[in-house]
Amino acid sequence: MTQQAVTQPATTQPVTTLDPRLPYVLGDHDNHSLTELVCGIVERPVPRWWWPAFLISLTVASGALFAAVYLISTGVGVWGENQPVGWAFDITNFVFWVGIGHAGTLISAILFLLRQKWRTSINRFAEAMTLFAVACAGVYPLIHVGRVWMVFYLAPIPNSNAIWPNFRSPLLWDVFAVSTYATVSLMFWYVGLIPDLATLRDRATTRPRQWIYGFFALGWRGSARHWHHYEIAYLLLAGLATPLVVSVHTIVSFDFATSVIPGWHTTIFPPYFVAGAILSGFAMVLTLMIPARELFGLRDLVTNQHLDKMARVLLATSLMVGYAYGVELFTAWYSVNFYERFAFMNRVFGPLAWGYAIMVSCNVLIPQLLWFGRVRGKPWMLLTISILVNVGMWFERFVIIVGSLERDFLPSSWGRFVPTWVDILQMVGVFGLFFTLMLLFLRFLPMIALSEVKGILPHPSHPGSTHYATEDQSVAHPDKELMVT
Amino acid sequence: MMMEREQREQRELFGVIATFAGPAELLAATRQAREAGYERLDAFSPFPIHGMQRALALRPSVLPWMVLAGGILGAAASLGGMLYINVIEYPMIVGGKPHAAIEPLIPIAFEVCVLFSAVTAVFGSFFLCGLPRLHHPLFSSAEFARTTDDGFLLAIEASDPRFDPDQTVRLLESLGGKPVTLVEV
Repeated sequence: MTQQAVTQPATTQPVTTLDPRLPYVLGDHDNHSLTELVCGIVERPVPRWWWPAFLISLTVASGALFAAVYLISTGVGVWGENQPVGWAFDITNFVFWVGIGHAGTLISAILFLLRQKWRTSINRFAEAMTLFAVACAGVYPLIHVGRVWMVFYLAPIPNSNAIWPNFRSPLLWDVFAVSTYATVSLMFWYVGLIPDLATLRDRATTRPRQWIYGFFALGWRGSARHWHHYEIAYLLLAGLATPLVVSVHTIVSFDFATSVIPGWHTTIFPPYFVAGAILSGFAMVLTLMIPARELFGLRDLVTNQHLDKMARVLLATSLMVGYAYGVELFTAWYSVNFYERFAFMNRVFGPLAWGYAIMVSCNVLIPQLLWFGRVRGKPWMLLTISILVNVGMWFERFVIIVGSLERDFLPSSWGRFVPTWVDILQMVGVFGLFFTLMLLFLRFLPMIALSEVKGILPHPSHPGSTHYATEDQSVAHPDKELMVT
Repeated sequence: MMMEREQREQRELFGVIATFAGPAELLAATRQAREAGYERLDAFSPFPIHGMQRALALRPSVLPWMVLAGGILGAAASLGGMLYINVIEYPMIVGGKPHAAIEPLIPIAFEVCVLFSAVTAVFGSFFLCGLPRLHHPLFSSAEFARTTDDGFLLAIEASDPRFDPDQTVRLLESLGGKPVTLVEV
């Protein structure tokens, strides 16, 4: 039952001479072998490592449940937060997870609009990651509101006390942004899944599989009339998700930027946060994709070229984030504002200087290694760098949030934040939740968007022509139709 | 047994399906079948094929208009609702801004606009595709199951005025369909 038994040996490729027009699918694949490769993962018994991994993740995730129940039943005092640091691990982790989600939408929507066909091998996986990351992010605002049973007050529901949410508050914008983002990400992911669910339905050998996949496939038949509307729907969703994803992290940054705390009150926050979100998200995609492609034998589909392209995005966003770090310091100096200057001196040299050092080295300095093709061609190097970027991005949020609150205007109200065991258990547990959901996804759903990868495959029935490989399959272009004849 | 056989014979045909070697063959066959005068035909493939829209003379999808309407509705409803609450239902000064200030309402109006548009895009496309539909006569065909894997199929429905079990099968065979089978309702 090993995965290797059915996997074709991945074609070796020189790492330093990646031609941008190399095929995105290696090996001698046709439509059927792709179906076998991807659906086989879901249909065969689980690989031996799956159950231990799942049980460990689930155990860790139960820690999050325990911490949340303890918090709700006892009170917010069990966290290390107090005056003046009223936001700490909860918001840090919230921003961290929402940011991670952004890479999935970027890959599925923005790269789709830009006709980057390499996205087809990784978009399903990245979208699933988005969904689970947003679910993990959602845990924090839900439990940190204090009285969880009053959480419906966040929605504008008419009530006998005539209490309405304050629509002018960025915190409420955040509620709408994140819930819209979660809903749209779920729908986008599901719409992309429908043709592949139909594939699983048609291959099902047992009744329950046939029923369950058949139910979710909605009766998809791959008809030209279906594809006709489906392509438009997918294009529209991509067009809607693109401004949405930018708006979400912009609004998350407004939570800070519209306040008056030195170190938060800056106009660079929206682009700075969006770039950071993409950096952390691509890092997480790499962190998950590199082991997954090895464990499931998917090196023909997720090639070194895919990793190379993701590494380039990582490098580009790392430079943007580095620029933002620099501009922040420059603005503080140029503003001649005493508090602003102090906030940044404190950020670099103050009590959290170690956190600042981690964030700058992991987010800006270490990713500079990605300039070298040799580094981009080595998956283990990419894996190491991507994990470090994740660490760095967590510390970026921690330093911005906690560092600024610890040292605000009045030295008499300064304080320190020390996390309690509940803070730490909650954070670790939510990572467990994320990996649990990810493992379930890998087990039950096709992790590669089959119908899209098939669309970019060159077709042997059409020798001498690679329209199907060179022209974007996913969008109808009336002007290209003549070429097909 | 007799009863069953009789029933089967009485069953109507849904149509005929033919499997083709690849997307280009399917596209060519679809064109020729339409040129032969068939109206009620459909092509099935594991991924969308360029030119199929024209080959089948499908009208442009109305989905974009539905989504536009959904988006406008979302933006208007959220802006209107927030203004109603801020100005009439519970007027309150926040940050010294006028009650009817529209600027702070833009983010939520934008998000709701996107939400309504996306919901319309998804459910509108389901509606236009006639989904969900949990059963279809074609699902009874063994060949048809390949369409979500690597099958490129053309179906001509029996309800087509030109449909004739023998002639239609012969036409599809002459176009390169292999195998060509009849599907019952």
